[in-house]
Amino acid sequence: MTVMDYEIVIGLEVHCQLLTKTKIFCGCSTDFGNPPNQNTCPVCTGMPGALPVLNRKVVDFAIRAGLATNCSITSSNIFARKNYFYPDLPKGYQISQFELPICLGGYLDIEVEDETKRIGITRIHMEEDAGKLVHPEYEHGVSFVDYNRACVPLIEIVSEPDMRSSAEAVAYLKALRDIMVYLEVCDGNMEEGSFRCDANISLRHWGAPEFGIRAELKNMNSFRNVQRAIDYEVERQQDILDGGGTVVQETRLWNVERGISMSMRGKEEAHDYRYFPDPDLLPVVIDDSWVDEVRQSLPELPAAKRRRFVSDYGIPEADTEVLTADRDLADYFEAAVEIFPQPKAIANWIMAELLKFLNEDRIGVANCPVTPRGLAELLMLIDDGTISGKIGKQVFSQMFSAGDNDPKQIVADKGLAQMSDAGELVAMIDEILAANADKVKEYQAGKTKMFGFFVGQVMKKSKGQANPQMVNELIKERIG
Amino acid sequence: MKLYNCSLESLGEQLAKGEISAVELTRSLLERISAVDDVIGSYLTVDAEGALVQAEAADLRRRQGDNVTRLTGIPIALKDLISTVGLPTTCASKMLASYRPEYDATVVSRLRQAGAVITGKLNMDEFAMGSSTENSAFQKTCNPWDLERVPGGSSGGSTAAVAAATAIATLGSDTGGSIRQPASFCGVVGMKPTYGRVSRYGLIAFASSLDQIGPVTLTVADSALLLGVIAGYDERDSTSVDTPVVDYYKNLKKEINGLKVGLPLEYLGAGLDPEVETAVRLACSQLSAAGALIDESVSLPHTDYAVASYYLLATAEASSNLARYDGVKYGFRAEGAEGLLEMYKKTRAQGFGDEVKRRIMLGTYALSSGYYDAYYRKAQQVRTLITRDFDKVFADCDVIVAPVCPTPAFAFGEKIDDPLAMYLSDILTIPVNLAGLPAISVPCGFTKSGLPIGLQIIARPFAEETLLNVAWQYEQLGGWCGRRPELEKKVG
Ligand SMILES: [Zn+2]
Repeated sequence: MTVMDYEIVIGLEVHCQLLTKTKIFCGCSTDFGNPPNQNTCPVCTGMPGALPVLNRKVVDFAIRAGLATNCSITSSNIFARKNYFYPDLPKGYQISQFELPICLGGYLDIEVEDETKRIGITRIHMEEDAGKLVHPEYEHGVSFVDYNRACVPLIEIVSEPDMRSSAEAVAYLKALRDIMVYLEVCDGNMEEGSFRCDANISLRHWGAPEFGIRAELKNMNSFRNVQRAIDYEVERQQDILDGGGTVVQETRLWNVERGISMSMRGKEEAHDYRYFPDPDLLPVVIDDSWVDEVRQSLPELPAAKRRRFVSDYGIPEADTEVLTADRDLADYFEAAVEIFPQPKAIANWIMAELLKFLNEDRIGVANCPVTPRGLAELLMLIDDGTISGKIGKQVFSQMFSAGDNDPKQIVADKGLAQMSDAGELVAMIDEILAANADKVKEYQAGKTKMFGFFVGQVMKKSKGQANPQMVNELIKERIG
Repeated sequence: MKLYNCSLESLGEQLAKGEISAVELTRSLLERISAVDDVIGSYLTVDAEGALVQAEAADLRRRQGDNVTRLTGIPIALKDLISTVGLPTTCASKMLASYRPEYDATVVSRLRQAGAVITGKLNMDEFAMGSSTENSAFQKTCNPWDLERVPGGSSGGSTAAVAAATAIATLGSDTGGSIRQPASFCGVVGMKPTYGRVSRYGLIAFASSLDQIGPVTLTVADSALLLGVIAGYDERDSTSVDTPVVDYYKNLKKEINGLKVGLPLEYLGAGLDPEVETAVRLACSQLSAAGALIDESVSLPHTDYAVASYYLLATAEASSNLARYDGVKYGFRAEGAEGLLEMYKKTRAQGFGDEVKRRIMLGTYALSSGYYDAYYRKAQQVRTLITRDFDKVFADCDVIVAPVCPTPAFAFGEKIDDPLAMYLSDILTIPVNLAGLPAISVPCGFTKSGLPIGLQIIARPFAEETLLNVAWQYEQLGGWCGRRPELEKKVG
């Protein structure tokens, strides 16, 4: 991006679909992928006379999200109705929170270009999702509604307008997603829409006291698209301002295919949602003991985990990013370290081998055929010289494909143990040196590169099982 | 005496003694409905076939001694906004003319569990919005005491049916007086329980924070019996309250010696029909003679603001509650609409009647950005003040007595074009809904022209036991309950 005359101001609104088993106001399942309208009942289809009953697990999840983002938890929670008409909204209103959301005034620290920046979190509130419209291709002018998703719990996390670049926005979004996934509050899937983001963007002259007029961007279903859409919007607004125009307050839809955004509705078409407290639901009172209970169940968050991996295990910071990106992977690492306390070796193996295999087979750490114990025992065999690192990789491959977690047995069965018997090695070396007397002479005359040739020959003869360190030492002893 | 003319209490005894069967009783009632309901117009749906099947099941249950209750075999009819599986539940609206619920309201499940026989669904003002039942999209219901007059509303079908003996007992719903006012117009006993006493699950909402289902019966004892079955906590209604349900029937006959009764001066003010005032004052002196202590100095100073705040709160909630009727999922959808917006507009323009539209607009306005604080929030504050008024009176008094309505039943068409005059007929019942209190309308006399007058008794939250006790004692003192209009003459 070019040097700009303007400061970019970005605020994000993030919707997380919660991983509760049942919906927020009825007992229907939240399972994804069932036939249309299978996960429904009179409550979530807005039948006349049906009433919502709050799933208290949703409150637990929202408190979890709030504590992890340093928010204060509101003791008396009010659900409000957000009124608007749309076919995917069965009651003609969405049950949400307005005046008293569950979490207020938090923040998240993000890292951008090696600097830490604090992004304020205005509020987090609980609400229900809407259904989904289906427009069949075979019949024009007809639409169907699938209410399986209606009434699935969401939290909306609203940031302060604290971000100053698309990179910061993406960093914030990634940090937030990591946390929600760690908390097991949300699966964080942007493509499937269980983690969705809207962005409010405005520009202002450097030092201007007021924010500029903002546009709201919707429909960005990946980190990359968030970045592209914001960059596009910044340029668009910059062009308008440079041309002496004014930005129109509006909602714009990002078009992934065309890489542009288009106006969806202007300010005058904006809804008046006529929020008011939902008389069907009582205020939810959250006392300190409820908050404490949730606090005690909180897992260690990614940032804290990274710091601990650096200080306790001496893992380089860059590597901790990889190891903690996934809570299961971090747990895997620690379980292996517990058995074989050589964290660096384990970290290297996880990053170089394990992740490669997992990615190739597209499986998650939780389903990894090699257990932390299996990996630890393999590394112990390398460490004590039973096998070389190279053979170790072969054994690992074997373990992974067969789901066999007994590396010792594999090594024994396949005769992969290193030759570490000095006598045997000496005999082999002497034989090779005798057969290559001319080369020995060359070496002794100063052609030191020849040394590698002798080692290679020994390794070849031993089918790779000779202990390379011993081979080195023994050859040196022999030919000086 | 014809079976349809008997009280629920007496029929329960006859059934228990094996003197009659539920099938006999149900037949008697169905015949009565055929004979007079063409003139009265209480029923929107009569489920004759279903009722007989249920009656046979009730008789079998009784023969087998299987979970027999005082309601086993008793026919009950329901206001047409209480959901009944498979049976039309229309809210007397074109919007839901074709709607058949896929589930039973909790009160219906409770009635079925008790073995009651659901005979049909009763007329009402559309979506319970009105005070005369004239707002029904389908038919007119006449006051059995004077066919030229309205039965009151919105539960006019429920009260007219009990008065005309086309139902033994019915359920109505009361949002601003919709059980008590028509009960007083029709000379029957109508009760609004404490908000939260009876589950609202399956009650099609008008104003959620005010609606409450209650019994309409010939006598106070019947009211106690029916309330005992429908009352109680329901986990499907978050606003229902988990306090124990006592045996209201068993406790009816306690003495009222020393009971403190407040007669609020604001309820005897201007606009009160002199005949109504005379009847209420006579009732007070009878209670006093029975040992109750009447305090005429009690005051509910915010009464004047009740109607205004009610019509903001109730319409605000209604504007949101009725948003679901959009032509997408069930009920009426207008023909020939081009596109979504037009479908919404045409469906709602054609599906709702004038009064419903008027209230949706009023409520939408009250919630609009920029007006919320001046209207909705202010009305909530008034509601709090009204509740406090009652708290203060109840610190000293056990019950409050008052008229139910400033006038007896009015003529068809008299107020239908003057919404404000119509709204004011609920002026003495609305404060009770705003405060969430239990109250009952008990017949306390007739005008010279032969129209019933109701006495309203109001009690503390969840003091239904006291309420019914005082009502029963007054019923004995007054001697007005159980009277029947001479319908045969009118019907011919
Ligand atoms: Zn459901």
